[in-house]
Amino acid sequence: MEKFSNFNGLVAPIDRANVDTDAIIPKQFLKSIKRTGFGPNLFDEWRYLDKGEPGMPCENRPLNSDFVLNQNRYNGASILLTQKNFGCGSSREHAPWAIKDFGFRVLIAPSFADIFYNNCFKNGLLPIVLDDTIINDLFESVYGTPGFELSIDLENQVIQLSNGESISFDIDIYKKFCLMNGLDEIGQTMEKKEKIQLFEQQHKKLNPWTFEDLVI
Amino acid sequence: MGAKTLYDKLWESHLVHEDKNGNALLYIDRQLIHEVTSPQAFEGLRQANRKPWRASANLAVADHNIPTKNRDQGIADPVSALQVETLVNNCESFGVPYIPMDDGRQGIVHVVGPEQGATLPGMTIVCGDSHTATHGALGALAFGIGTSEVEHGLVTQCLIQTKSKNMRVKVDGQLQKGVTAKDLVLEIIKKIGTAGGTGHTIEFAGRAIESMSIEERMTVCNMAIEAGARAGLIAVDQKTIEYVNGRPFAPKGGMWEKAVLYWQTLSSDSDATFDKEVVFDAANIKPQITWGTSPEMGINVGEPIPKMGKDGIENALDYMGINDGGSLSDYPLDKIFIGSCTNSRIEDLRAAAEIVKGQKVADTIKLAMVVPGSGEVKNQAESEGLDKIFVEAGFEWRDPGCSMCLAMNADRLDPGERCASTSNRNFEGRQGQGGRTHLVSPIMAAAAAIHGHFVDVREIIGND
Ligand code: SF4
Repeated sequence: MEKFSNFNGLVAPIDRANVDTDAIIPKQFLKSIKRTGFGPNLFDEWRYLDKGEPGMPCENRPLNSDFVLNQNRYNGASILLTQKNFGCGSSREHAPWAIKDFGFRVLIAPSFADIFYNNCFKNGLLPIVLDDTIINDLFESVYGTPGFELSIDLENQVIQLSNGESISFDIDIYKKFCLMNGLDEIGQTMEKKEKIQLFEQQHKKLNPWTFEDLVI
Repeated sequence: MGAKTLYDKLWESHLVHEDKNGNALLYIDRQLIHEVTSPQAFEGLRQANRKPWRASANLAVADHNIPTKNRDQGIADPVSALQVETLVNNCESFGVPYIPMDDGRQGIVHVVGPEQGATLPGMTIVCGDSHTATHGALGALAFGIGTSEVEHGLVTQCLIQTKSKNMRVKVDGQLQKGVTAKDLVLEIIKKIGTAGGTGHTIEFAGRAIESMSIEERMTVCNMAIEAGARAGLIAVDQKTIEYVNGRPFAPKGGMWEKAVLYWQTLSSDSDATFDKEVVFDAANIKPQITWGTSPEMGINVGEPIPKMGKDGIENALDYMGINDGGSLSDYPLDKIFIGSCTNSRIEDLRAAAEIVKGQKVADTIKLAMVVPGSGEVKNQAESEGLDKIFVEAGFEWRDPGCSMCLAMNADRLDPGERCASTSNRNFEGRQGQGGRTHLVSPIMAAAAAIHGHFVDVREIIGND
């Protein structure tokens, strides 16, 4: 996985609570057996006026000019500012894949749905949780300041504003470590292989019935 | 450290390792696999030259985008066909047990697991699907995961997790006639909100839960995720044990006796404390209908549609094509969907058939369909003649799968169509782009099919 390094990026606002993973990437695109290529279909139903189907080229599709990400001023945004419970609904990892593929690296919201939150880290995306009042201030700044950017310093857990202010944020230390070093979690876990084997032997003694092979 | 909750017990008995920051390695007893969230995980295994830790601890079945009719003709949509084919190939090359599409046991993964005894009390169970919480009804710790975790689980038989907090939803009293497990869980979500259980594992307890069948308990746990909780749980009791007894993959003989002794310990200690508790009185709960685009946007049958002015409500009213303050019964329905991992088990079909018996689906309904949760449910229903009741009334009787719950196959709503659905999500576009979903119980959906619009099912039952 790619390492997450400090960066400066344009902020795009999606001022809506409970944005679910069906909205992030509609189900028809889940038929893909790949991990990449979902970016053009991010928020497909909001972004385009026609109905998107997998395999359809997106360059010439009619755009919904009301949708915020279609506005020129948010072109090239890499930070998504949004409202509570972002990423709720289905556990599809296609949601963070699409967000990443589109070009976002950081998501900022008052809260995220649990599975989505975890899925972000596994794909090099940084979800940041901030208080409602700070979020609302940020929304005002984004709306009021064309080209509004934020600098993200993951190591020091700080968001830097161009006016010199800074906002600190919390993050689990292990998740931060993996993100900063681009670590593959499976590789990390396999380093504990012996521990797992030892546990498994014990577990098998206590619950042998869970070790019966499933034979179809 | 004295008293423990059921969640604490399940967690501790699967804990391989925990670091000082609370990141734990949790042992996974069973992984259920389907065609949509697994291809990229298997691909990851291939790329890194990795093998499953214990291939036969997994169980795979295709459910999300398979057709629900003319299945003998294969899958018409080439993209869906490729996905199912990929699952078959992956299972074959990695030695993962797979229930084929034409096997009588095929069905929705969350219906098949408990039905086959692949889901057992006390297990940790994961699946790349958020409704994995369903299996918690049997006293298992079950939760949905993303594709990276599917891969992690396959390779290491473990997942990296942080322990969630304990929440108890206690439901005292008894549900009234005509009020179902679905209404109960919709009421809970309406009250605590879609983020009410975030960061928590919810244990459902109390008299009303105890008196429920295991299938009803599955309906309740199924929607724990809709309340923001990753897992829902219910303590093991005699009903749980009877339900599991004799299932194909359930332990047998001496092993059974041993397992039962252990399973009987699977409940929260009486003095265990919960970080959060909410109490409901079942007697006050009415049949529920969701009016909006989030499962928390629900009302009692007969209650007016909420007034404008509340957060996000305008978008939802607009999308749903309804006016605030009006009555949901005034809006004609286009389609009826009885199915999904929430409400497609035999008891659901029996209850719906009871309402439908001898009646006709209203002329104005374009399509009313019943999609059994599994081949076994379908067979059972047919042996009881339920299929005939539905077909005579004008319902279509389909083959098992997820179907119009998420509309990945041909079963879907057209833009603007209004549907009474027994599924679990009413998000925009969930059942087809522009489709309008109202979540209800199977008997409310059945009654709506007959009348062409929503009615209070209690009045129908009352007339009996
Ligand atoms: S029936 Fe619906 S909710 Fe259940 S597994 Fe299938 S798609 Fe998911």
